[in-house]
Amino acid sequence: MISLPHLASLPVTPGQLTGLLAILTIVLMNISRGRVWYHLPSWEHAFGLVGLSLLVDGQYLGLVDAPREAMMGETGRIMYVHVPSAWLTMVVFLFTCIFAVAFLLTGKRVFDLLVESTTEVGIVLSILLQATGMLFAKPTWGVYWDWDPRLVSTTVMMLSFMGVLSLRAALDDADRRATWTSVGAILATTSMGVTYMSVRWWRSIHQMQSSPDTVAKPMVLILRINAFAFLFLSVWLIARRWRIADAQARMDEAPPLPPEVTV
Amino acid sequence: MTVVPANAGLSVRGLARRFGPRWVLQRVSLEVPAGGALMLVGPNGSGKTTLLRCLATALKPHDGVATFEGRDLWTERLEMRDSIALLSHATALYDDLSARENMVVWARMGGMTADVDALLARVGLPDTGPRPARAFSAGMRRRLALARALLKSPRLVLFDEPFTALDPVGRDMLGSVLRDIRATGATLVLSTHHPEIAGAYCDTAARLEDGKIVWRGVPADAPVVMGET
Amino acid sequence: MSWILRVPAVVSKELLIEWRERSRVSSLLFYSFALLLMVAFAMPDVRMLGDIAGGALWLGLLLASTRSLDQSFRVELENDSLEGMVLWPVDPLAIFYGKALANAFVLILVASVITPLLGVLYHPSWHGQPWALAAVIVLGCAGIAGPGTLVASLTAQARGSSALLPVLLFPLVVPVVMASARTTILLFQGDPMGQVDNWLVLLLIFNVVHWSLDGLLFARVVEEAG
Repeated sequence: MISLPHLASLPVTPGQLTGLLAILTIVLMNISRGRVWYHLPSWEHAFGLVGLSLLVDGQYLGLVDAPREAMMGETGRIMYVHVPSAWLTMVVFLFTCIFAVAFLLTGKRVFDLLVESTTEVGIVLSILLQATGMLFAKPTWGVYWDWDPRLVSTTVMMLSFMGVLSLRAALDDADRRATWTSVGAILATTSMGVTYMSVRWWRSIHQMQSSPDTVAKPMVLILRINAFAFLFLSVWLIARRWRIADAQARMDEAPPLPPEVTV
Repeated sequence: MTVVPANAGLSVRGLARRFGPRWVLQRVSLEVPAGGALMLVGPNGSGKTTLLRCLATALKPHDGVATFEGRDLWTERLEMRDSIALLSHATALYDDLSARENMVVWARMGGMTADVDALLARVGLPDTGPRPARAFSAGMRRRLALARALLKSPRLVLFDEPFTALDPVGRDMLGSVLRDIRATGATLVLSTHHPEIAGAYCDTAARLEDGKIVWRGVPADAPVVMGET
Repeated sequence: MSWILRVPAVVSKELLIEWRERSRVSSLLFYSFALLLMVAFAMPDVRMLGDIAGGALWLGLLLASTRSLDQSFRVELENDSLEGMVLWPVDPLAIFYGKALANAFVLILVASVITPLLGVLYHPSWHGQPWALAAVIVLGCAGIAGPGTLVASLTAQARGSSALLPVLLFPLVVPVVMASARTTILLFQGDPMGQVDNWLVLLLIFNVVHWSLDGLLFARVVEEAG
């Protein structure tokens, strides 16, 4: 395993410090409003705090502690954002598909709202992925965009899910919107495999680029810490987005039925 | 579970349907015995069309149940649809096709062997040749839509304002069609703004207002509200 | 599986409507033809046209498909015939496969008219087998029409449908456009590495996945039509 002398020698890691500060801030904000604790039952804040701490530590390790990348130099450090966002984009969109199937099977509203939340968070992650990928590509390949199979297929996937959100925005009836969004999300996910395969063959006529994440072993741990940070933060974001969607849906709900009047 | 005899007619209990935040049907209950005929009256927007569309399984009820011949209409809709005919404001016609082509196309899609020309004559549609339905008048479109609905041999017939847009001859034609339908033992529910005409073909009547049933009785006693007919 | 018996009835209905409204199909042909001309005008040098002929063909077909797919559901919504079909004793699977086959047929028709035109206008060289070109046209058009029919059923009833259809459809059919255009280009320019078969297999896989999955999804889509 990798040794992390710098971080290990600190009494408190930067991430732990951030986490403590965040908790302290929340407590102080609540006390200043005359409350002891605000919204304690929102379990997702625990994920947010852990994610934030891991992110600070992971980025500190990646930007300061990790050795310079042998081939790409300091530029290689962007990998600690790029690779975790790539992993999480896939995981989040996979869950979009799972929730969409679950909605079509059960018809439960919670799955529809989760499809919406995971789609939006997935799109944010894939924008982060594209942006860091392009910044990565410029110094290593000399161009921002190189028609790399992974780059192209994730862009196509992002476009599909953006289309699903447009469809969602264009439908008024709640039942119809829920079913049709799920159908769109399943379509977007299932076509991914064939798209990736076809882009690889399409590119193979030219020279294949060397893979950007031929990762050296010592960096795996740092990548993992960052991946978990992204995972926890994604859970936090999805849950927060879900709460907004849920509140919105409750607001649009019909009032309770009045009792029947018999004549 | 109570055992319902197979010949039980239409039974609606506490049916409710919302569109967005608005309850358009607020717990409607009805009983129509097999072979019976019910006339629905009420102002525009009172929920007559929504009720008929729920019974036709075009809309999912959000509360309550509707059964026909003891079977739940919504959960068994795939089987029930064969025996339900809905004549609604939307004619379901293809405007680019002629009257006969429309009939042939719908009969083929449903695997029906009815005599298309006899049905067209039955609804009194003159021979329009190759003229597309787009060029038809409103009354002719209603007649063609009626002929399309008659392609099925339904046991539950749902007519949404069938007398609208028909001339006096057309009303007599529709009247005899309604009598023929009832002679087959089918159950009939129709909504209308002309209780004085439609009442002759129905045994019972109900008045809907604001998604609720506010009056029940026989067609002859249907309350006349100024400006509704 | 008795619904299969109803598929021909739906196909013949679709084609009858297309036949009655022949002007729609012919305007589709003029549209693709005009597009081929425009691509030529946008090129820096007409000598390049032979190289890009395969790409221009599939770009034209893809754009033409967005018009015809949208139209195929417009017809159903004019008088709520789609709901009429759902309430008719006809399985949603028969509706889907009937419409998708008819849409594929119209696209193949357009392709078989503009491909000879492409040969005249773009002067591509020819090194392939006629059966391979026929196969790629059939598989490519089916690959657009299958998911296209499902997507059009979603977008036709949404606000701003004509803009929404390409937004949803184009990312889905990226493999079809890639595979069909690449195969056509290889057939024109020669295929020293024998890649045509691989691309055709990819097209076949795409078609199998979509033609089996999309019918089931369509059944859910129309059930929610109310």
